[in-house]
Amino acid sequence: MIYHITDNLSKAIPLADIPLVEYAALYHDLEQRLQDERYHVAHYFARLEEGQLRFYLILLDDKQHNILLSSHALDYYDEVTLPSLTALHPALHPFEREIAELFSVKFGSMPWLKPLRFSADRLNRNSTIDNYPFYHIEGESLHQVNVGPIHAGIIEPGAFRFICNGESVLHLEIALGYQHRGLEREFSNDSNRLRQTLLAENIAGDSAVSHASAFALAIEKLTDFTPSEALIIERHIAQELERMAMHIADTGALCMDVGYQLGQVACEALRTMTINTTQAWCGNRFGKGLIRPMGTNKPLNSAKIDMIRQNVAEIARRYEEVRQDIKTSPTLLARFEQCGNVGRAEMLRIGGVGMAARASNAPRDIRLSHPYGLFGKELQHESVIKRQGDVMARLMVRCREVLQSAEYIQQLLNLYSTATATQQPDYEAKLTPEALSLSLTEGWRGEICHVAITDKQGNIATYKVKDPSLHNWLALALAVRSEGISDFPICNKSFNLSYCGHDL
Amino acid sequence: MILPKIKVLLSHGKQNIPDLNKVELSEEFRGRPELTITDSTEELEAAAALCPTKAITTSPFTLDLGRCMFCGECALRAPQNIRFTTDYRLATTRREALVITPETRQVEFHAEDVDDKKSKLFRSSLKLRQVSAGGDASTEMELNATGNVNFDFGRYGVEFTASPRHADGVVITGPISANMAEPLQICYDAIAEPKLIIVCGTDACSGGLFANSKAVNREFLTRHKVDLWMPGAPTHPMTFIDGVMNYLGRKKR
Ligand code: SF4
Repeated sequence: MIYHITDNLSKAIPLADIPLVEYAALYHDLEQRLQDERYHVAHYFARLEEGQLRFYLILLDDKQHNILLSSHALDYYDEVTLPSLTALHPALHPFEREIAELFSVKFGSMPWLKPLRFSADRLNRNSTIDNYPFYHIEGESLHQVNVGPIHAGIIEPGAFRFICNGESVLHLEIALGYQHRGLEREFSNDSNRLRQTLLAENIAGDSAVSHASAFALAIEKLTDFTPSEALIIERHIAQELERMAMHIADTGALCMDVGYQLGQVACEALRTMTINTTQAWCGNRFGKGLIRPMGTNKPLNSAKIDMIRQNVAEIARRYEEVRQDIKTSPTLLARFEQCGNVGRAEMLRIGGVGMAARASNAPRDIRLSHPYGLFGKELQHESVIKRQGDVMARLMVRCREVLQSAEYIQQLLNLYSTATATQQPDYEAKLTPEALSLSLTEGWRGEICHVAITDKQGNIATYKVKDPSLHNWLALALAVRSEGISDFPICNKSFNLSYCGHDL
Repeated sequence: MILPKIKVLLSHGKQNIPDLNKVELSEEFRGRPELTITDSTEELEAAAALCPTKAITTSPFTLDLGRCMFCGECALRAPQNIRFTTDYRLATTRREALVITPETRQVEFHAEDVDDKKSKLFRSSLKLRQVSAGGDASTEMELNATGNVNFDFGRYGVEFTASPRHADGVVITGPISANMAEPLQICYDAIAEPKLIIVCGTDACSGGLFANSKAVNREFLTRHKVDLWMPGAPTHPMTFIDGVMNYLGRKKR
């Protein structure tokens, strides 16, 4: 067997249980397996282990709800070339690019071997972000438009290079790495668990709850801790509030970009209400401080429960009015519909995840395929799926998910009992040594995957983060092809991807 | 169609905060902490050891807001020594003023540091260029919020612009990633004199969690004098608004 089979609810896996196989065996297996859309790779990374470079592969089986783990190795000084999997399955591109950037591993016939994020740990110091090798097309009727790294609004940096044929975009290439902070390394630099928790909250500030939850789960799997139902419910509520806040924010941003002020300001006010609800619960508008490993400092009480209940109901009611308004405004539909299309097959091929994938009829949703917490139990989740794959479809997925999250929050509050003793967080708990722990959650953008590998002493030796943006940036690049360049802003907002989540 | 719009409008009502000088935040909000010395330092030592950014010193007892992530964990470990208030007035002209002691009752603004020429010129119109350099998007979103329908900081002529050529200053967020060091400098150079530098968020003030990361390059801040320091994780819109209003001499702390 070349895989160890586990799932999203299981405890950490001893490193010794992860099969070490020949690359060729893995390559041939994946070549076949990834043709079936029920499989996709959640992470593939390498790390140094006693003079060896060990590669870990995490494969998700959406149908059986399983996680398949495998690994292969290279002698550090081996000069071999590994046949590239990206050449067969483009979804692997960010993983192979990261490995090549950090360890100079050669991937044969890799079609897009470009630096991924100009990590501070990259081997080739001559490769710097200001000489990113942009793709080039010659032609008399073509011109290039360079945008960034600093953009017009208050937003994170990234460099966009458009090749245009007149008004329409032939090709967009997105060069990232400007936001690279050396985040993954910081997890292993200091074993202060609180500090690690804060790092998780800072992976992407707009997904603080989702990333911190993934961290908490990854840590808890390395202990014998089982979270109480109250704790699980609180985490769910916090995550659904985050989803609501960001989907509402992006609804407003889309309205703003087409000059529709009513929709914009209505959503701004509703987002304020949502994040102020989170603030009234935990003291921070982004939910920082709310999610902690093995407990919480901010248990709900009856006053807060009532406050959340009322606010969420009010937000849902008013947001539904905004949704109705958008759907019946021909001027808005004219901009949003049939713009920024990404087809289903394309979305699956590039490994798109989350709400963007669901808007292209690609049913990627961790809440359904690899449930955690109460999903698949008390919370019977149904994915919101749209077929069109355009800006409007992504907007409508957001709209429906806001209302769905509001519904879930009410259900969860009904299940919540303040009688259950809530635990205090524990930052001292010993972790299982020499084990691999992985957790998957569905943030508002999509699939978040965290992997922790511990050393002999039970310290985190390697921490890997995958934000949904890692794959979805390419979806944006494809969405704008053959669109007018003036439609780029709404295409961009319809995805609203994270730069720092990508750059780490 | 017009009916749905009327509905939205009716539900929306009036959202702006009438007086930005009278804003109070929710009691859970963690703003300026107050410090108290106790005979036993045991709890305080524990809190200082736990602090993720080593913001606390025990002898003498200080807390550096420029490093503080406002996680509030120290106050849970040492409730006798540290208590968070909802005071969001954290902006100041001096980095040292962010280091608070048991005597601190408010973060001193040090109006004497303000460059009169700048404050006069920008009093009724201040346009700012924001540069995120490794920020996690939360402070960036809070800065966006300063202009939204609730805070509407634009009513005082303070706005963010797209081009540095139109700007009177730069607002930096994030620990300043090495990969952004050069673009930040280019952007700053493109702004006409006189110009402001505002660092916004704990990450920007000290590097925050990334102070020791080799992916960060903070030389910009040693080359240039910062006009306003604004801690927070993220900086609340009111911290920003209060700080800028103080700088412009339109408000006194
Ligand atoms: S609130 Fe600030 S000082 Fe206290 S532990 Fe957190 S980071 Fe340290």
